[in-house]
Amino acid sequence: MIRGRAASWAFWLGLAGITAVLSLNGKEIAQATGLSWLTKYPQAWQLHLDRQISAALKWLLEEATFGPFQFRDFTRLLSALIEAPYTLLRNLVVDGFAWGRGQQAVPILPPMAWLPVILGFGLLALRLGGARLAVLVTAAFLYLLLFGLWQSAMVTLVSVVIAVPLGVLGGAALGILAFRVRWIDRALRPVLDLMQTVPVFAYLVPILFLFGFGPMAALVATVIYAMPPMVRITTIGLRGVPEEVVEAGRMAGCTRRQLLWKVQLPSARRMMMVGVNQVIMLTLNMVIIASMIGAGGLGYDVLTALRKLDVGRGVEAGFGIVVLAIALDKLSQAAANRGPRDPSGGSWLYRHRWILAWAAVVVASYPLAMAIPPLAVYPAGWQLSTGGFWSAVVSWINLNLYDQIEAVKVAALTWVLVPVKTFLLGIPWAWGLVLAGTIAGGIGGWRLGVMAVLMTGFIITAGLWPEAMITIYLCGVSVVIAMLIGVPIGILAGQNDRAYGVVTLILDTLQTLPSFVYLIPVVMLFKVGDFSAMIAVVMYAIVPAIRYAAVGIRGVDPQLVEAGIVSGCTRGQLIRKVKLPLAMPSILLGLNQTIMLAISMLVITALVGTRDLGQEVYIALTKANAGKGIVAGLAVAFIAMMSDRIITAAIARRTAARETHA
Amino acid sequence: MKKMLLASVALVLAQAVTDGGALAEVESQDPIKITTHDWSGNIISANIMSEVLRKAGYNTELVQADYLAQFAGLKTGDLDLAMEIWATTGTDALEEAVATGNVVNFGETGMISREEWWYPAYMEERCPGLPDWRALLDCADAFATPETAPNGRYLGGPVTWGGYDEERVEALGLPFEVVHAGTDAALFAELQAAYERKDPIILWIYQPHWAPAKYEGKFIEFPPYEPACYSDPAWGENPDMAYDCGKPLGPIWKAGWVGLEKKWPGAAKIIRNFTVTNDEMGAMVYKADVEGMSIEAVVAEWMAANEAKWQAWIQ
Repeated sequence: MIRGRAASWAFWLGLAGITAVLSLNGKEIAQATGLSWLTKYPQAWQLHLDRQISAALKWLLEEATFGPFQFRDFTRLLSALIEAPYTLLRNLVVDGFAWGRGQQAVPILPPMAWLPVILGFGLLALRLGGARLAVLVTAAFLYLLLFGLWQSAMVTLVSVVIAVPLGVLGGAALGILAFRVRWIDRALRPVLDLMQTVPVFAYLVPILFLFGFGPMAALVATVIYAMPPMVRITTIGLRGVPEEVVEAGRMAGCTRRQLLWKVQLPSARRMMMVGVNQVIMLTLNMVIIASMIGAGGLGYDVLTALRKLDVGRGVEAGFGIVVLAIALDKLSQAAANRGPRDPSGGSWLYRHRWILAWAAVVVASYPLAMAIPPLAVYPAGWQLSTGGFWSAVVSWINLNLYDQIEAVKVAALTWVLVPVKTFLLGIPWAWGLVLAGTIAGGIGGWRLGVMAVLMTGFIITAGLWPEAMITIYLCGVSVVIAMLIGVPIGILAGQNDRAYGVVTLILDTLQTLPSFVYLIPVVMLFKVGDFSAMIAVVMYAIVPAIRYAAVGIRGVDPQLVEAGIVSGCTRGQLIRKVKLPLAMPSILLGLNQTIMLAISMLVITALVGTRDLGQEVYIALTKANAGKGIVAGLAVAFIAMMSDRIITAAIARRTAARETHA
Repeated sequence: MKKMLLASVALVLAQAVTDGGALAEVESQDPIKITTHDWSGNIISANIMSEVLRKAGYNTELVQADYLAQFAGLKTGDLDLAMEIWATTGTDALEEAVATGNVVNFGETGMISREEWWYPAYMEERCPGLPDWRALLDCADAFATPETAPNGRYLGGPVTWGGYDEERVEALGLPFEVVHAGTDAALFAELQAAYERKDPIILWIYQPHWAPAKYEGKFIEFPPYEPACYSDPAWGENPDMAYDCGKPLGPIWKAGWVGLEKKWPGAAKIIRNFTVTNDEMGAMVYKADVEGMSIEAVVAEWMAANEAKWQAWIQ
């Protein structure tokens, strides 16, 4: 055992040593031996997959037919199916119903006034989760009203109300299929990975062609991005239903269908609600990008405000997205936690008193709103605003703390960022290929090794090796920092219920506040460059690092902690020797998610000017080169998938080793 | 309630009748969908166009769309008209779209974008001889930062804007390093922060935009652009390299779906006639972005003041 361990150490150290030598001296060695193609991948060897992909897309979009129909007709039909409920809802709360289109449309029924909307959500919250929830939800909607975000918020709300059920139902259906049919599960896994990791900009242009311009395309892109967690969690939840429960169902004579609907799904409900939460969060996460392709709403407010450098307005609109996310999430959680309905008696009228009361308010609100205009449109004069406050804060920091900030930045750049970047960029591509294969193979077996070689090979032959290295450098450094800061916070928060509550709120905020909101102030203070990008990535990717550490600590069996106390552990020992090892699997899962989120931020960091794969995707979009965008997007996805698989394999190895020890 | 409904139905009918009479002359009552992006200048152009087309009897609709992603919509006819395609940032996308045969260039808007290296006025003391570009040869250290020292730091536009700044730096022997901002918001965020601190900065600025109006400063005077400068290494300062001059001025085009011309020939003519000048646009953008006036008010003001001008487009 000891010997095996030493050999394995020697192997990894050797690998690191060779990498260091090659990275630092690769150019000289290559020049001396005349093999400079080993360090710089020759342009002539590029495969130009992008051209083929562009051609295939062109065919699919413009020529593909089945029968008399074009492929596009089919997708347009789908888009029309989603559009109908969308338009209905939008007319109801935003535009009002009208006759005709465009500027000459004649209004028939004005949009619902703000009062019944707030009241409706308040009553719903009261019914589902009691007074506390009602207060929270009402406050959230009042925020939107008071800060003059009402119209935009309703536009966003409508798309969320359409996208979330699509994501949840579609995800659950796929999850059930994957649970039942093994090969679907196998086939689905890489597809889900791609859906989550290929940056949206990469497939934006084809989607616009297929689904038309505007809210529909934005909805489709949102659902693609937000659905995968639901699929995964459904499958995991169904698998996790205890065998005894399923057995009991069988004994009671359930058919397969009854077993699914009456036994397995209800048992997995709690787990599936985590999926619903994730769908809601990710949907609101997409609000900014969706607004870039015509979805409008709060995301558009954030973008326009920041283009005018109106930080205050950007922050207000950004928090509008946050409060909407939190309100909807709490509502959905409350709906799920509600037990079966009491079959109480009373007349039909009595049982439906709340809905009826609300309907009465809705009906009454129309004539009232006509008589009293402030009820229809909340007057601009009564709106609150943080005004110049946020701009003043940024300005103050800029003027008074700049020297300190600059010192930290210069230190980080000279001691960490620049050395790591030079080191990674120095690795010759040929050795990179060997390295990827060896690491993956050494940890996860030969299959993983082959996969890593193929994926790395794809990146190299696409001529994207330097960009990929910059991506790994930026994400790698950010992930290390996020873990170093996040895990201790998570461990502390996990031991105290109050702290945990506060931290969860902050995490939800960080996850839904559009990164664009803090990106601009960050640029003002840290200038354009890798450091700003790193801060943005860390702020976003730290969320799972904290969350999973806290969840892991909270999940430690109290009896084991008790046993530790009895055997005389100090507080520090208790954490190091008992809680941490037990929470390790959860923390490692957090590491995995931190990496995924860091990689998904690449598109955003491209907006401050990094030169990584995210930028390639963005450039492809601006040059209308769909093939190039998809190739760069795939390269991003492959890096994410490799790191995911390697970490998963490492976790599995660790657990296996622990079990053989025990 | 019932009464109100009846009243509104009556209103609808009455309007439909009167509108029908007034608008019988235009080719189609379908709305012409004009795109708006996330900067005020474009929203103002789109609103003016929309207002004018409306005066001529057409139906219009403003649609939010991403500047570059909109071409997908213009090709299929999901969108009809884009009012500002800048030669400086949209040429590739526009040429690609026109080549497909589904998008038409409706000509110049009359606005000419100017883009060049720009510095705030307080830099003149620290680097005497500005705005002549030769001054930059000697005062790179005035513009240096720890990352770029001993070279100066020049903040360029997003990579996607092109602009040949790396080539220009090399051809003119400027001791500068080019750093690219990812978006135009990041570009101006950095300017705002540096301007507050009176810190050194030199960056890519374009016009028409609110920044040159809000911040005091000047464009660098490079050797003026000529086509030969970009194509012929022998031209100019450096006999061995091209790009030894300033940036070209670029027109801003209108572009639209090919079907627009067939469906609304009259509207296409009005669209071709549309022009505004840099100064007009600069003033309107300043009012909207710096003084905080609403876009509707800015547009209404322009419409009232320029009736003769837009009436001529319709005739």
